[in-house]
Amino acid sequence: MNEILKIEHLTKKYDDLTVLDDISLAVNKGEVLVIVGPSGCGKSTLLRCINGLEDIQDGKVSIDGKTGMVFQSYELFPHMTVLQNLMLAPVKVQKRKKDEVKKEAGQLLERVGLSAKKNNYPRQLSGGQKQRVAIVRALIMHPEVLLFDEVTAALDPEMVREVLDVILDLAKQDKTMLIVTHEMAFARAIADRVIFLEGGSIIEDTTPAQFFDAPRSERARKFLRTFEFENVH
Amino acid sequence: MGFEVLLKGKNMIRLLQGLGVALKISLISVVISIVLGLILGMLMSLKKPVINMLSRIYLEIVRIMPQMVLLFIVFFGFTKLTGRNLSAEVSSIIVFSFWGTAEMADLVRGCLQSIPKIQYESSMALGLTRLQTYIYVIIPQIIRRLIPLSINLITRMIKTTSLIMMIGIVEVLKVGQQIIEANRKSSPHAAFGIFATILLLYFLACWPISCLARYLEKKLV
Repeated sequence: MNEILKIEHLTKKYDDLTVLDDISLAVNKGEVLVIVGPSGCGKSTLLRCINGLEDIQDGKVSIDGKTGMVFQSYELFPHMTVLQNLMLAPVKVQKRKKDEVKKEAGQLLERVGLSAKKNNYPRQLSGGQKQRVAIVRALIMHPEVLLFDEVTAALDPEMVREVLDVILDLAKQDKTMLIVTHEMAFARAIADRVIFLEGGSIIEDTTPAQFFDAPRSERARKFLRTFEFENVH
Repeated sequence: MGFEVLLKGKNMIRLLQGLGVALKISLISVVISIVLGLILGMLMSLKKPVINMLSRIYLEIVRIMPQMVLLFIVFFGFTKLTGRNLSAEVSSIIVFSFWGTAEMADLVRGCLQSIPKIQYESSMALGLTRLQTYIYVIIPQIIRRLIPLSINLITRMIKTTSLIMMIGIVEVLKVGQQIIEANRKSSPHAAFGIFATILLLYFLACWPISCLARYLEKKLV
């Protein structure tokens, strides 16, 4: 298979606290991996280790290409317009031609339904719109792997859908993605593979059908039950 | 009402010259304060214990001491202590810069701290180098936040220059007093006219600056 990301024996510690404990994981090109688990299990840290925002204490992360990341909080640059936000890195980091980048930015914005907003500032956008721009800003760098860190967690419920639809659309284009999310219905719909992380270790690594319908571990069952509600009537 | 005194001799021109002295001193002090304040503010945000302690002491001194006391210490005290003569203008520039640098440094430190960590991280995730992150992402945001705040500091400095007549500088307020004294007999109501005019002059000097601050605040934040 065509491996694009390989993690071997990754260990991440903050002082004495082990956040990730000997994680090994391989992701193939075009695969959509959804990472779930209780808060504090190390999901976000795993993504941050993959794209180098955190130093690691042991192990190895090898990526065939670049990563792009979208964060939970809207992290657009507030002093730049949408278009300037999109163009900064391609022009300054990748040294691409402005005209070409601008054209691509226009096409991508159209795809996420934000053509009309290209000259607006982030403060003039809703949370959902900002997140869609943030996704485009990661995409325009042509990353081999896209990392999504709870991108809908800070959004109002009615805006979650528009962002998830964009990510679903990316999955259809065979993008390789690692997605950390608490949206279980979305996870099930988009995932090729589900990773269940707890206490810094991978507890399950399986298909969405297997994970959601018949999780093997007691811990996964317990975790999934937290999303269910008993009928009180 | 006492406004007629203004038309006598060169009185109006003298008042304007007095305002000029006040503006000159505040302008020089502002420039010094901004330069030194930027440097100190950046040093303070490095979070080095020694720098932190020294700057805390410095800031507290500036906060606690009335500017007038500082003026007296520098103008009268320094001369006695060292036997060297410091002109009133230089003394006031020293005091105003000492005060302004502290305030400016605190503003710079606050602005630097108010930039969320995620701004640095998302820049890094996009592959920007540290230098590029500062040039394109962090510094433009700091300047935008700093402009309205430092302009407020400038207007406060201009107003506070009214204190420097206490060490013998003939600025606008002092000129006003002199005019009132000189015309005590002929225009007994001169005090109202003159001080009202001075109020207007301060207003005319500070108002455009404060408008600019408001405009920039709307435009840039």
